[in-house]
Amino acid sequence: MLDTVLQGLSGLGAGATFLFTSGGPNAIMLLIAAALLYLGVKKEVEPLLLVPIGFGCMLVNIPLSDLMDTGGLLRILYDMGISNELFPLLIFVGIGAMIDFGALLENPKMLLFGAAGQFGIFLTLLLALALGFPALEAVSIAVIGACDGPTAIYVASQYAPQLLAPISVAAYSYMALVPIIQPPIMRALTTPKERVVRMAPIKRSVSTQTKLLFPIVVTLVTGLLAPKGLPLMGTIMLGNFMRECGVVARLTKASENEIANIVTLFLGLAIGGTMEGHAFLKPQTLMIFGMGFIAICTDTVAGVVFGKIVCKLTGGKVNPLIGAAGISAFPMAARVVQAQGQRYDKKNHLLMHAAGVNTGGQIGSVVAAAVMLSVLKGMGLI
Amino acid sequence: MDNAKWTFGLTMMIVGMGGTFLTLWILSLVMDLLKRVFPLVAKAASPDKS
Repeated sequence: MLDTVLQGLSGLGAGATFLFTSGGPNAIMLLIAAALLYLGVKKEVEPLLLVPIGFGCMLVNIPLSDLMDTGGLLRILYDMGISNELFPLLIFVGIGAMIDFGALLENPKMLLFGAAGQFGIFLTLLLALALGFPALEAVSIAVIGACDGPTAIYVASQYAPQLLAPISVAAYSYMALVPIIQPPIMRALTTPKERVVRMAPIKRSVSTQTKLLFPIVVTLVTGLLAPKGLPLMGTIMLGNFMRECGVVARLTKASENEIANIVTLFLGLAIGGTMEGHAFLKPQTLMIFGMGFIAICTDTVAGVVFGKIVCKLTGGKVNPLIGAAGISAFPMAARVVQAQGQRYDKKNHLLMHAAGVNTGGQIGSVVAAAVMLSVLKGMGLI
Repeated sequence: MDNAKWTFGLTMMIVGMGGTFLTLWILSLVMDLLKRVFPLVAKAASPDKS
C-alpha cells in the first residue's frame, strides 16, 4: 500500500523532476514564452498572434505535457489547419475582406512598387543557399521577406515544416518591427529634397464595376501565370470580392471577424506548439532570424531605390519614400511613410499614395510566392 | 556554395523576380483597361424642385 502511494506521489512531481534534470531546453523556451507574452501584452507587438504563440510555446514546453503528441490538443490543431495549409488560407479570406484596393486602383502603376518590395525574398534565398540550407528550406526562409505571415506559414508548412516555428515567429516579429526597421533606411537612402516632394492629390476615378471585377481579373491572371499560388491569391480575392459585391455582408463580416479571430487563435496556438525546446533551440534558428532581418531591410532598400528611379523618370513627381510601403505589412508600412513624410514637411500628405503602394505590396508578396512555387514546380523540385 | 546551388539560386532570382515584375506589370495594364472600359460616371445633379 505504501509503495503504491509513493508511486502515485512520484507521478505528481515527474514534470518538475524532468525540468531540473534534463529539461534545460524546456526551461529556456519557457523564458522565451514569457518574453513573447510580455511583448504581446505589455508592448502590444502583434498581440493577436504573439499571445497565443507564447501560450502555446509555454504549454508545449511544460515537461511531460504531451500536448503535441498524437491526440494532444496542440497536435490536433496542427493537423487540423497547419499541416494541410488550411489556417493561413482562411486568414487570407479575412484579409481580402478587410482590404480596400481602391487606392491602388486609382493608380495601378503603383503595383510595380509592390514588385520592387519583394527583392529581399530573392536575395535572402541566395544567402540561405550560401549558408548551406537545402533548396526548399532556403525558399521557405526567403519568404519571410514577403513580410506576410500567412504566406510564410503556407510555404513553410508545405516545404519545410521542421522550420515552421522560427520562420513564422520571425515573420510576425519583423512585421511588427517595421516602424523601427524602416525609417533609418528611408532616411539614409533619400536626400532632404527628395523627402519633401509633394505628390498630386488622388482624384476619385474608380467605378463600382471596376472594383467588383478587380478580384476576379487578378485571380484569373495570376492563376494562369503562376498556378501554384492560386490558393493564396484565390482566397484573398474571394474575401475582397465578397466585400465589393455587397450582397453577402454576413459572410464578409464573418470572414473578417469571427472566422479570422478563431483561426488566428488556433494558428497561434499550433505554431507555439511547434516551439518545443529540443527542436527549436538550434543554431539555424538564429540564422533564420538573422536572414529574416536582412530580407526586410533589403525589401525596404529596393523599394526606396525604385522610388528614387521613378522620381527621376517622372521629373520629381513621385516621393521616393513611398517605395518603402511596397511590402505586405499593411497598413503599418503606409503609416511609416506618412509619418516620415510629415517629419520633414508637416503639410505633405503621402498616406493615400503609400496605401496604394502598400496594397500593391500585399498583392506583390502573394505574386512573388506564387511565382516562386510555380518556378519550383517547373524545375521539378515540388 | 556548389555550382548546382548557384544555378538554382540565380535561376530563382532572375525568373522569380522577373516573373513577379512581369505578372504585376500585366496586372497593372489590366487594371488600367478595366478603368477605361468601366469609367466612373459622375452622378447627375438632382433636379431643382423649387
